[in-house]
Amino acid sequence: MQQIFNFIYKNSNRLLFLLLLGISLFLSIQSHSYHRSKIISSANFLSGGVYERINNVSEYLNLRTQNDALAQENARLRSLLFMAKDTTFITKLDSLKGVNPNEIIVSKVIHNTFNTHENYLTINSGSLQGVKPDMGVINSMGIVGIIDNTSNNYATVISILNVKSQINAKLKKSDHFGSLTWNGKSTGYVQLTDVPRLASIRKGDTIVTGGQSVIFPENINIGTIDRIYINNQNNYYTLDVKLFNDMTNLGHVYILKSKNRDEIINLEKKEEKDE
Amino acid sequence: MNSALFVNIFRFILLLAVQIIIFNNMNFLGFISPYPYILFIILYPVNSNKSGLLAASFFLGLCMDMFSNSGGFHTAACVILAYYRPYLFKFAFGLSYEYQTIKLNDVLTPERFSFLLLSVLIHHLILFTLEAFKFTLILDILLRTLLSSIFTLIICIIIIYLTKPNRR
Repeated sequence: MQQIFNFIYKNSNRLLFLLLLGISLFLSIQSHSYHRSKIISSANFLSGGVYERINNVSEYLNLRTQNDALAQENARLRSLLFMAKDTTFITKLDSLKGVNPNEIIVSKVIHNTFNTHENYLTINSGSLQGVKPDMGVINSMGIVGIIDNTSNNYATVISILNVKSQINAKLKKSDHFGSLTWNGKSTGYVQLTDVPRLASIRKGDTIVTGGQSVIFPENINIGTIDRIYINNQNNYYTLDVKLFNDMTNLGHVYILKSKNRDEIINLEKKEEKDE
Repeated sequence: MNSALFVNIFRFILLLAVQIIIFNNMNFLGFISPYPYILFIILYPVNSNKSGLLAASFFLGLCMDMFSNSGGFHTAACVILAYYRPYLFKFAFGLSYEYQTIKLNDVLTPERFSFLLLSVLIHHLILFTLEAFKFTLILDILLRTLLSSIFTLIICIIIIYLTKPNRR
């Protein structure tokens, strides 16, 4: 026993080196494997926070290029508009598939929470502007949430970063669907549960809203697959979906009026009564 | 003793910050980037606790990995460099070197330069080897090691000259 202690004491430096080297090599090798660990990554609180600070400063430095990009986009859109007047070719004004521009209410987020389990947004348009509960809210990047309550001029939105929200979503390349929930951990990721094992999925695949939802039109962007888990109890996939949207940084949003929603719900109610 | 500790903590944070904010964004030809943060390991007091240096290098590498999303490559390279530092001293300054007399933070002599060069080369070779992790990429690894080492070395020497303590 004494000798063991002596050995450890004598070689403490070498043992510490081997221990630290072992840890670092383990991390290195793990990072090369397919399902890499995210412990040592810039997604954690320390480095993420520092990068956010840096970004806050560099944002100002990029304002000129941002302006240029916006001006160019304006020019391009304008040219499309003028061309459409001259020719019989009708351009689609809105790039969002299945959304008619007449059915959109533009609004602005005035309050945003993302640090609790049940997060809500507040937007500055309400029932006077035609906002009703259970309308979908999106922005140019993807979905944001669903209208919860409305007052005259304001409305609250159940953010997709809310453990209560459940949205029908599917894979873009196939029609395998699941329901989109949030586990309350990271604001950048939501979970797509109950995806059948038949679906061929890969990291990086795009997830869009599904056709079964009466709130959102089909094919609105949500995010990309980041990690894939297999649920051992029921053999369904659970996917971590990295959101296109930065939910912590929201400006203007669009509220989608769905004309057919009442019709669909009434029809389904009728079906249930008949049975 | 205490002031040395504070100087080292300060150096740790400052070098890491400069590395992350400035040098990580430098990319010549897409793959040559300098890593002057290893100056912390190089300039660590010569005759102080070796275990302390190992632990500090480990955390330095871990922080770098965190910020550059790179598994454990920086950690491994830093730990190995820290462990073999005494051997490099022996190689560069001769067998009869006395710990007390070595001062790196000073005018460049051939001995100091060879020590710097060897440290940077070892660190970069391990770093890029782990990053590529394939023997078929050995030429790429060697090229990157060579070019990045030159870059790092130049910046290290500039930093040493800029922060050199004034002599009366």
